[in-house]
Amino acid sequence: MRVSDQPLPRPPSHRSGYARWLIAVPTLMLGGCDMVVMNPTGDVAMQQRNLILFATGLMLLVIVPVMATTVWFAWKYRRGNPDKVYDPDFDHSTTLELAIWSIPMLIIIALSAVTWTSTHLLDPFRPLERTRPGVPVTPATRVLDVQVIALDWKWLFIYPEQGVATVNELALPVDVPVRFSITSANQFNTFYAPTMAGMIYAMPGMNSRMHAVLNRAGESWGYSGNYTGRGYSDMRFRLRGLSASDFGRWLVQVKQSRAALLPATYLSIEKPSEKAPVMHFGSVTPGLFDLAVNRCVEPGRPCMADIMRGDMMRGGGNPHRSGAHDPGIGGGTAPGHGSMPAAPHQEGHPL
Amino acid sequence: MTDHADDPGRSITWHRVDEDGHDHEDGNATLLGFWIYLMSDALIFASLFAMFGVVSTSYAGGPVPREIFNLPLVALNTGLLLASSITFGEAMPHLAAGRAAPVRVWLAMTGLLGAGFVGVELYEFGHLVSEGAGPQRSAFLSAFFTLVGTHGAHVTVGMIWIAVMLAQIARNGLTPAMRRRVMCLSMFWHFLDIIWIGVFTFVYLYGVVR
Amino acid sequence: MSNTVIPPDTGMAIFGRLSPQALPLHEPILLATFLIVLLAGAAVLGLITRYRLWTYLWREWITSVDHKKIGIMYVILGIIMLLRGFADAIMMRLQQAVAFGANQGYLPAHHYDQIFTAHGTIMIFFVAIPLVVGIINFVMPLQIGARDVAFPFLNNLSFWLTAAGAGLVMISLFVGEFARTGWLSYAPLAELAYSPDTGVDYYLWSLQIAGVGTTLSAINMVATIIKMRAPGMTMMKMPVFCWTALCSNVLAIAIFPALTAAFFLLLLDRYVGTNFFTNDLGGAPMMYWNMVWIWGHPEVYVLVLPAFGIYSEITSTFTGKRLFGYSSMVYATVVITILSYLVWLHHFFTMGSGPSVNSFFGIATMVISIPTGAKIFNWLFTMYRGDIRFELPMQWVVAFMLTFVVGGMTGVLLAIPPADFVLHNSLFLVAHFHNVIIGGVVFGLFAGIVYWFPKAFGFKLDPWWGKVAFWGWVIGYWVAWTPIYFAGLMGTTRRVRHFEDVALQPYFVLALVGAFIILVGILGFVMSIVMGFLRRRELADTTGDPWDGRTLEWSTTSPPPAYNFAFTPVIHDLDAWYDMKSRGYQRPVSGFRPVHMPRNTGAGFILAVLAAVMGFAMIWYMWWLALIAFVGLLVVAVGHTFNMKRDFFIPVETVTRIEEARLSGGAQ
Repeated sequence: MRVSDQPLPRPPSHRSGYARWLIAVPTLMLGGCDMVVMNPTGDVAMQQRNLILFATGLMLLVIVPVMATTVWFAWKYRRGNPDKVYDPDFDHSTTLELAIWSIPMLIIIALSAVTWTSTHLLDPFRPLERTRPGVPVTPATRVLDVQVIALDWKWLFIYPEQGVATVNELALPVDVPVRFSITSANQFNTFYAPTMAGMIYAMPGMNSRMHAVLNRAGESWGYSGNYTGRGYSDMRFRLRGLSASDFGRWLVQVKQSRAALLPATYLSIEKPSEKAPVMHFGSVTPGLFDLAVNRCVEPGRPCMADIMRGDMMRGGGNPHRSGAHDPGIGGGTAPGHGSMPAAPHQEGHPL
Repeated sequence: MTDHADDPGRSITWHRVDEDGHDHEDGNATLLGFWIYLMSDALIFASLFAMFGVVSTSYAGGPVPREIFNLPLVALNTGLLLASSITFGEAMPHLAAGRAAPVRVWLAMTGLLGAGFVGVELYEFGHLVSEGAGPQRSAFLSAFFTLVGTHGAHVTVGMIWIAVMLAQIARNGLTPAMRRRVMCLSMFWHFLDIIWIGVFTFVYLYGVVR
Repeated sequence: MSNTVIPPDTGMAIFGRLSPQALPLHEPILLATFLIVLLAGAAVLGLITRYRLWTYLWREWITSVDHKKIGIMYVILGIIMLLRGFADAIMMRLQQAVAFGANQGYLPAHHYDQIFTAHGTIMIFFVAIPLVVGIINFVMPLQIGARDVAFPFLNNLSFWLTAAGAGLVMISLFVGEFARTGWLSYAPLAELAYSPDTGVDYYLWSLQIAGVGTTLSAINMVATIIKMRAPGMTMMKMPVFCWTALCSNVLAIAIFPALTAAFFLLLLDRYVGTNFFTNDLGGAPMMYWNMVWIWGHPEVYVLVLPAFGIYSEITSTFTGKRLFGYSSMVYATVVITILSYLVWLHHFFTMGSGPSVNSFFGIATMVISIPTGAKIFNWLFTMYRGDIRFELPMQWVVAFMLTFVVGGMTGVLLAIPPADFVLHNSLFLVAHFHNVIIGGVVFGLFAGIVYWFPKAFGFKLDPWWGKVAFWGWVIGYWVAWTPIYFAGLMGTTRRVRHFEDVALQPYFVLALVGAFIILVGILGFVMSIVMGFLRRRELADTTGDPWDGRTLEWSTTSPPPAYNFAFTPVIHDLDAWYDMKSRGYQRPVSGFRPVHMPRNTGAGFILAVLAAVMGFAMIWYMWWLALIAFVGLLVVAVGHTFNMKRDFFIPVETVTRIEEARLSGGAQ
């Protein structure tokens, strides 16, 4: 679990050669090669890593002594050891029992406090308060919106303000807070960017949120964490951290693409395909993501938000919660995970 | 292997010598076991109720409860089932007293009322499907048909059980085994009544007033 | 919406969707396996016929209602399925060790996805559950001084239903497909729209049939423990293993209905076209996740609690001490039972339930580590001031303690929601649950099998091969799973068939090496049975008490007579047999009485076969056959209730003969 001392996580190399990894085994184990979870490039993932290290350390306080004592007692009280006390009736001690219950309890109380605060502070639905330690997010800070749609079996990224879209390539300017809106066409996927901020489920008909930031330029990978069928293994995307100027150049390059992401284009790339190459779209139909969340990109299909509003008007839902402004947790007709779709062009989550 | 004892315990009772095979066909164990089964069955219904609760307003643009529920019919059904619990209750004192004939009569009446209940339910289902409000139309209707239908299937099993008991009591008389079975059946039947009260309130009444 | 009901199959009214294409005639590996299984099966059947064992098998085993024989059959089923599940594991490990960069490995997605689904399904439902249920079945009635369980026929039926489910899974290897949806077959992937072939149907029917068996068995065990303890055995004088068995089975009764309901609703979606877990028309796929995990998380405790009980019994026996902190052990078990029901949501923190909900479930999960930690300390202090004999069962206990605490630690780590946001669905998670299942459950089951084997068969397992099994499993576990933890920290997700990053390859090669070391352990275990059998005279247990045990099962012969105890014992203390031995108990040699016993019946076996036929017919849409099998089930079940000759008396002469044979055998 050592942290790599390399400045950047290496992009996956395609060099092979068996001699290389045979020599590499001990080196890798000790040196921690691409231990990205332990060496992230985003501030959120960094805080998650610190939490993992802290919690592990805290638990090792009790785990290591227990393991050592196990070995010690097993050795000391073996049959045939002359210097030991054998006391077959020693089966109770109030002091020991108090200690036995209170030591784990103290550790767990400490961990619970940390859990409660960190779960709230690092909630992916919560807007960032800083882009890196000491650099707070102010109202003037520009936030980049990225809409993510998980398809079978590729990732579609829409940059609504810039009016461009990509498949299997997510380029982000460093030190700029990003607000992801995440949904899926058919399956339950997880949008997983281990170097940046971990993961959140991408679910059909629902709009998940993740706030994140990349702090270092460089290439890494993002994945789908939840198995979705035969193309799942290759359902990954390049995650590119770019400096502000590089990001600008990248945008220009994408904009030059003559391909346009129209509803018809979306419907054709939504069809299952494996190992999809990177694609760029120079323009995007506005509001496409909202149609995708509402499962009504296909012409003639009713939008989920409209159906649900209709259901509510005909007696569904709780009248006190049925206002269109807050269809958030518990207010919709599905259990409270993610958030149910709002009508197109509305904010989806109360947070 | 037992030589490390200095034998203070000659007078200790180590065995039950006067036993007569008490531990098999133990009526208490059967009633307890059946009661535990009912609890697990209750949890299946709890799961179905939870499912219904989650999708109870997911009409998907299809029919809503007040358009399709025929409350007078459901009230009739509820009446039939409640009455069947009463008739089953009437059988129990006769069971305790060992009078086989009245037990059979009351059980038969219970079964007939149960048949009426299932008949009305099948009529209701058929009517809904013919109106286009079948279980495929929306998640709400899927959950409605499943919850109510699962209860109805249980009542049907109860009716088969009653028929079997009528035959077996005629054959064997009210032996302890027969009494135990009728006791279990009684628990089963009243259990279904309780579930139905939940269905009636939570599905029908709450659905219509919503 | 896309959920059309079964396609109208005009020409196929008889065979449904079953056709010659369903047989693996075009898959050389499967075909070879199929032929080998067919030949081996024919050979076994031939040998049975040659030695005229059919009647013996039918009378003594298949129709047996003896809890000991049923327990042994459960364990045999679990071991056979372990070999199948492990074959799947080796295939996955091979694939992941080679499939890097340009090399796609040797398994296409179509196979690989079936293999990991089958591996998980088999290992939990048809290995861990049968082994746990089998050991409880064999040991618990002996420990409480009973002659059988509360419902002997139900016990037989439960076993055969479990076996029928396992049979359906095995059939799917050769006829059609198994599921390619992961071991819990999450919706919406498992819906007809995305998984139209027979795979998910095999999965659902086999698990529904086996699940009925498990639920009935759990009810049976709870009623037995509550109603059939020997006189004097109050709840707080009951062996810890019986406590853990009680809690485990109570928990099973509380959770299996949720799984049954979830599978039932998914079956309706697939067969009737309802919309419970579909993406459209109001379906709520997330509800499926909730329901399966309301079952799934407590299920871990259903498995591990009896293992904890096994460790407790063994520690107490081999340290020559009473268990340290018996009552705190009991309370810890009960607390774990209750808490395990309140933590299921930690399996999907990353769905975004909101920080308060996530914190609640995270903290509830961590709280479970308090009673679990207390248990570890209790075993530790049982060893303290003990006189520890490091025979094989005790070695397993120490290996468990050292392995399991690491799994517990990574489990608490995963229970912290922000940590879970980077570790969920990664190989770190996979390494964690193998750490607790192998290090906690499997080690305990092996310890229990080694410990109680002489009680069941009258001879010990071969100790040298037993050591091979032990070291193979322990070293193999660490070599196989440590690199997987690291691969998880490298951001590698689970269920991946092919990797781009060759830097990961050494980790998976090492894991493959570990899997082969575990294979040595498995073969060692099989050999310890074979060699134990061949050396059964040297390894014979003539006393009935080969380990200087402390609980009642050691007071009777090895193997015990059909009636377990000629007289029902009266209990005065915890560790009843130790109490009897230390206070000069003398086994009675006269005054025997006839023993009232339940009679064998073939109804359970027939019902299970009919259930399997019905499942198979439903999977292949052979409606007529399904209907016939269903009516058959009903008729046999009702017919069985007309059978009133359910018991008999073992005559006093037989009892006397058996008990006198024991006297000359040298016991006491």
